Amino acid sequence: MKQFVEGSHAIAEIVKRCRPGVVSAYPITPQTHIVEGLAQMVADKELNAQFVNVESEHSAASVVLGAQATGVRTYTATSSQGLLLMAEVVFNIAGLRLPVVMTTANRAVSAPINIWNDQQDVMTVRDSGWVLLFAETIQEAVDLHLQAYRIGEDPRVMLPVMVNMDGFILTHGMEVVDMPSQEEVDKFVTPYSTTYKLDVDNPLTMGYLADPDYYIEIRYMVQQTHQELLTIIPEVAAQFKRQFKRGEGNGLIEGYHLEDAEQVFVAMGSVCGTIRDSVDEFRSKGKKAGLLKIASYRPFPKNEIVKALSRAREVAVVDKSISLGGFGPLYTDLSAAVSSMGAKAPKVSGFVIGLGGRDITLQSIQEVYECLSGKQVDCEFIGLKKELLAEAK
Amino acid sequence: MTQTLFKPGHTACAGCGQAVGARLVIDTAGKNTMIANNTGCLEVFSTKYPESAWCVPWIHSLFENCSAVASGIEAGLKYLGKKDAINVIAQAGDGGTADIGLQAISGMFERGHDVLYVCYDNEAYMNTGIQRSGLTPTLTNTTTSPSGAGSLGNPRPKKPMPEIAAAHGIPYVATASVGYPQDVQKKVKKALSIKGPKYIQMHVPCPLGWRHESNMTFDVAKLAVETGLYPLFEYEYGKLIPRKIAKIKPVEEYLKVQGRFKHLLKNPDAVKQVQAIADYNIQKYGLNAEA
Ligand SMILES: Cc1ncc(C[n+]2csc(CCOP(=O)(O)OP(=O)(O)O)c2C)c(N)n1
Ligand code: SF4
Ligand SMILES: [Mg+2]
Repeated sequence: MKQFVEGSHAIAEIVKRCRPGVVSAYPITPQTHIVEGLAQMVADKELNAQFVNVESEHSAASVVLGAQATGVRTYTATSSQGLLLMAEVVFNIAGLRLPVVMTTANRAVSAPINIWNDQQDVMTVRDSGWVLLFAETIQEAVDLHLQAYRIGEDPRVMLPVMVNMDGFILTHGMEVVDMPSQEEVDKFVTPYSTTYKLDVDNPLTMGYLADPDYYIEIRYMVQQTHQELLTIIPEVAAQFKRQFKRGEGNGLIEGYHLEDAEQVFVAMGSVCGTIRDSVDEFRSKGKKAGLLKIASYRPFPKNEIVKALSRAREVAVVDKSISLGGFGPLYTDLSAAVSSMGAKAPKVSGFVIGLGGRDITLQSIQEVYECLSGKQVDCEFIGLKKELLAEAK
Repeated sequence: MTQTLFKPGHTACAGCGQAVGARLVIDTAGKNTMIANNTGCLEVFSTKYPESAWCVPWIHSLFENCSAVASGIEAGLKYLGKKDAINVIAQAGDGGTADIGLQAISGMFERGHDVLYVCYDNEAYMNTGIQRSGLTPTLTNTTTSPSGAGSLGNPRPKKPMPEIAAAHGIPYVATASVGYPQDVQKKVKKALSIKGPKYIQMHVPCPLGWRHESNMTFDVAKLAVETGLYPLFEYEYGKLIPRKIAKIKPVEEYLKVQGRFKHLLKNPDAVKQVQAIADYNIQKYGLNAEA
């Protein structure tokens, strides 16, 4: 059913339809509307779940960890400082192979404190073992939550999945969303069932101490699962497309005017919308621009990316985050991926954009585009106010 | 208690009070029990992959979050409609309880989860090499509160963790000692018969960290109680029920058998200071059977 809804409301609706048995979260802007929505649904008996009001995000993550370990489907959501406070548990959930689903309403990190959008928060747990998916639109965020439960709970996977949606832009934006009905969701997301759980009739020990004789293999197995995810995510995306008759790309990446593109933007999340408009403009002027959208950042779809960039001459990686002292994280990953192309590798430049909610306009993308013809850059900040920098000196 | 749910063959030190205490707890709780365990000696010596001493469902997540994990387990079991048939226990050392885990415990108490929390109090961070915690007693020599020319050891008193637990208005709080196994069993049974959050803090000597003979574990534990330094009591729905001491002993008897207090023995003022703590406990909790 098509509805004109706020992003957070849409997420609460779709999570409800996925029937989590335990929901736990702690308030932080811009995640709050999602969990307030779920709390109301539990209060109204629309959702049969235990809603656990915790005293911190560390405990929110720990509660869903414990509940998921009893074999129950769970949900949590956070943002920014909340995700950073959760970080220790985030790693643990993946290491324990518990398929929790979490929404991250992506937001800048302190200091300075800033509640607006960028993607620095998720990058702090990039290496945790979670599947990291990025939504471009509210519709896509809705659809990714359905796929997230399917992917994470797949017995071949058993890993947590994070759906990233840009704070405010998607969480507080309004959009016409095709909201799957309960029957449709039930068909796609079947009840969670596993033997890997705390069960008095089959007592398991979870969370061993593993010494040097065992540890590295256990970590390697997570890495191996991520390799398998490179076929499992497209499987789930294809099934989704078949049932719901929508969805672009293969679940890992999506191209826009890529076929003959010579200048390719690579980006994640809502900024892809702005870049699409820019690409249209460039195309109208006869320029062969294109967009490669990364939908799955972990696993990182290296082979698909290499294939998609086989004709590109210049690549602009547009990062909404920065590894301070290094580069934009997506730039680093992408550079590693194209290094296997040898002499055929395109020239890859890295750009940092929109931190702390700084507006990303067509003009910003134009600026990126203009840099491409010049010498290669690896960490170019776009739209800095020179006068502020001069003042600070 | 024919078959134990905590198998021997773990790697605890000889005479480890916590190993005995943990077995007492799980064997009293029985097989319909799930445990969330913080990081610490108990977790490390009982679950070295691929061996596990635990014959009940058991999960270790992190150092400070067993109460939140247990809250999640309880919520999961409630959702499944299985909570009434299953006990949930969160357990940790003194450091994982009174220091780094305090916020999560407070959250679990305040939310009213039906979980028994057991703190195995060996009065320091043993797993990382005998550093002081908030439950390290006054004037104890630890590796981070060493005695020296300008120090008599840990300068601060034990954090009143049982009172902090009781202040949450939870239905049952108790202290216990591994030196009194039947008392431990009685308290665990009582706790599990009550719905809601429960807190038991059990004194468990650590021969390595306290530097006492490994065959002295029970004697040391008893001396702590008999001197008044480890008062045994319950707060049942807020009402104090002390376990009285038949014959109170001077604190020297406890101090002199442990290396961690050796530096006090040649210092009468220091011993007096420790005696004052015992006297205060005896008065506060009404421990003297003859009074
Ligand atoms: C966040 C975090 N900080 C520090 C540690 C290191 N650490 C592991 S166990 C431990 C001490 C445990 O002390 P306690 O809770 O008293 O248990 P014990 O080992 O004495 O039984 C410490 C400091 C850790 N694992 N995690
Ligand atoms: S160090 Fe102490 S608490 Fe740890 S295993 Fe040895 S005796 Fe037990
Ligand atoms: Mg300790």
